[in-house]
Amino acid sequence: MLTAFAILTDGLVYAAYLFLVAVGLTLIFGVMKILNVTHGSFYAFGAYGAATAVGIYFERGLPAAGGFLFMILVAMAIGLVLGVILERGILRFVYGKDEVVIVLVTYATFLMLEDVIALIWGRQSYAAWQPMVAAGSVEIGDLVLSNYDIVLVALAAGVAMGGYWALKYTRYGRLLTAVIFDRETAAAFGVNVTVVYTVTFIIGAMLGALGGAVMAPKISVTLGIGVEVIVLAFAVVVTGGLGSIEGALTGALIVGLCRAAAVHLVPQIELFVIYAVMALVLVFRPYGLFTQAQPRKI
Amino acid sequence: MTFHFGNPRRVAALAAMVTAASVAVAAAQQPAPRQPPGPVRLGIVSFLSGPAASPFGVPGRNGAEIVIEALNAGTAPAPFNTVGLGGAKIEAKYVDEAGSTAQVVTEFRNLVQRDQVDAVVGYISSGSCLAVTPVAEELKALTVYFDCGTPRIFEETARKYVFRASPHATMDNVGAARYLLAKHKDVAVYSGINQNYAWGQDSWRDFVGAMKVLAPKAAVDKELFPKLFAGEYGAEISTLLTSKSQALHTSFWDGDLEGFVYQGQARGLDKRMPIIYTTGEASIWRLRDKMPDNTIIGGRGPNGPLAPDTELNRWFQKIYVDRYGTPPTYPSYQMALSVLGLKVAWDKAQKAKGGKPTTDEVVQAFEGIEYDGPSGHVKLALSNGHQGIQETAYGTYRFNKQTKQPELVDVMRFPAECVNPPNGVNADDWIKDGMKGAKCK
Repeated sequence: MLTAFAILTDGLVYAAYLFLVAVGLTLIFGVMKILNVTHGSFYAFGAYGAATAVGIYFERGLPAAGGFLFMILVAMAIGLVLGVILERGILRFVYGKDEVVIVLVTYATFLMLEDVIALIWGRQSYAAWQPMVAAGSVEIGDLVLSNYDIVLVALAAGVAMGGYWALKYTRYGRLLTAVIFDRETAAAFGVNVTVVYTVTFIIGAMLGALGGAVMAPKISVTLGIGVEVIVLAFAVVVTGGLGSIEGALTGALIVGLCRAAAVHLVPQIELFVIYAVMALVLVFRPYGLFTQAQPRKI
Repeated sequence: MTFHFGNPRRVAALAAMVTAASVAVAAAQQPAPRQPPGPVRLGIVSFLSGPAASPFGVPGRNGAEIVIEALNAGTAPAPFNTVGLGGAKIEAKYVDEAGSTAQVVTEFRNLVQRDQVDAVVGYISSGSCLAVTPVAEELKALTVYFDCGTPRIFEETARKYVFRASPHATMDNVGAARYLLAKHKDVAVYSGINQNYAWGQDSWRDFVGAMKVLAPKAAVDKELFPKLFAGEYGAEISTLLTSKSQALHTSFWDGDLEGFVYQGQARGLDKRMPIIYTTGEASIWRLRDKMPDNTIIGGRGPNGPLAPDTELNRWFQKIYVDRYGTPPTYPSYQMALSVLGLKVAWDKAQKAKGGKPTTDEVVQAFEGIEYDGPSGHVKLALSNGHQGIQETAYGTYRFNKQTKQPELVDVMRFPAECVNPPNGVNADDWIKDGMKGAKCK
């Protein structure tokens, strides 16, 4: 019984982590049809920014809750600046080019940004454990849950609901949905697609940085964290359907719960299960769970 | 008859030329003044970028730099107080081990064939060591591995040009099992969390093998193998918290180790069971009070706080801290051991020959040497004198709140012949056969 409960809580926590990392990626693909490898850099910059912010804040002995908020704001500000620089400085020159070219450009940018991180923060690793430790823990039988993980799940749920509400019920969200479905028709109806692209990319960058920021207190912030996260994020968005926020959420939940079950029950297949789930979904739904097959336009 | 000497200036110039020529001829007859021997070139290879740089590669590189400087200045304590190698100063070229195995091998070839180094000292990744070994033999290039842990280097084939002064990783996990059972003899159920690649799998295999010999009734509970650099261990920690485990073994390093420490501590895992970090020593100076008290810490041998209190160790610690502001960790000690071993062999070959030795002469002198490094005594006793053995040590972690410094207490030392296989026996077979011949008293 406790094991089943542990699988549920672990699955939700892992799903929250996956969703926060993947939502920005799927949004950028949905609107701009760009497979953005640089998303790993947004995550890494967010994590490094949060680690720096935590170091500065907690040195002053201020309340812990404020530290959590401060690190998120700093990370998202970094995401915003980075998003603007990359979209205006690099990506807008490759819109309309072959998709492979765009992927290569984002991959090259990712590699460059890895070295920029080393230039700014050096090669040593950073710790930002203070918010996680300050949050405390709660015991349920033999199981001890970190309150920080519960906050993570709540935050992911908030981002999911906020994103869903914004897309469905705000004017800008409906414009974004129109561009997701058909860019050309939206442009023909007077939607300024260039501005939509820029704003979407910036939002995606800020969400990527948010993912890095909330994970920073749990991990050791070190070179290479962007690489690991990109592979996982791709698996989740492909399972859910590229371009679909509810797809990212569902994909994250399915992958999170399956992985948690594997770790508890059959740890030997823990690595394999994430990609097995993805492969199984794609066999039956080649475009992912929430994306329809697109008719080919001539 | 009158002699005409012509233009006086021309005559003076001619006289000067003749004088200079005579002096040159005279000088050529004298024996030339003694020139110092040309430098010995060493290639030093370790991770200078990527995740393994900060905990291992850079401390290893720093260990090389500081020891080479001291050797070149002749300021190392005896018996290392002669200049460089055989009186020749050492010129070191530092190369990054990062990249694919093909790149690592290419860089090795560049060092040997393009840069014409006299020897290569390096390599952290067992993958690098396994790839470079046949190339070193092919090129007849003297190569000393300082950190990579796989026993397979010499067990598969006898080697001539490749040496490893540092003991291999088998003793880390045999030592871990011995220490755990010495301190917690009632352990009946234990688990492991190791990275899912060769290092993690081999470490767990050796630990379980040793536990089966030393505590046959103890049972394995959870065998967790998260992906290398996974970073998030929530499910694994829940699994351990809801299990019956009474001890946990891990060979985690750097970011994975630190993330696991933070996440485990936030959920009280360290209070539930003793946790053994076989490479923990490399992280204690960073983690400090975040490493929980009562954690069992290994240092891949008697390194760092586990090193013996000798003049050589005190000297090494002082020069390292003075330069780099932080104590040397086990990669620094292993590098010092390797460079000093090369010096012992080189000086021996030089003395026998009376001049700069050839590679083959150094190789012959290197086989089977015994000497003391900052981490204590080492003997190249395995694999025809190419593989070193040392004692190992484990300790229990305490953060001293008065001095605000990490400490290792309850240190136990296990003799070299207790935790290393005997000569001619594969490490894996030795453990499976019950560690016959182990001399532990």
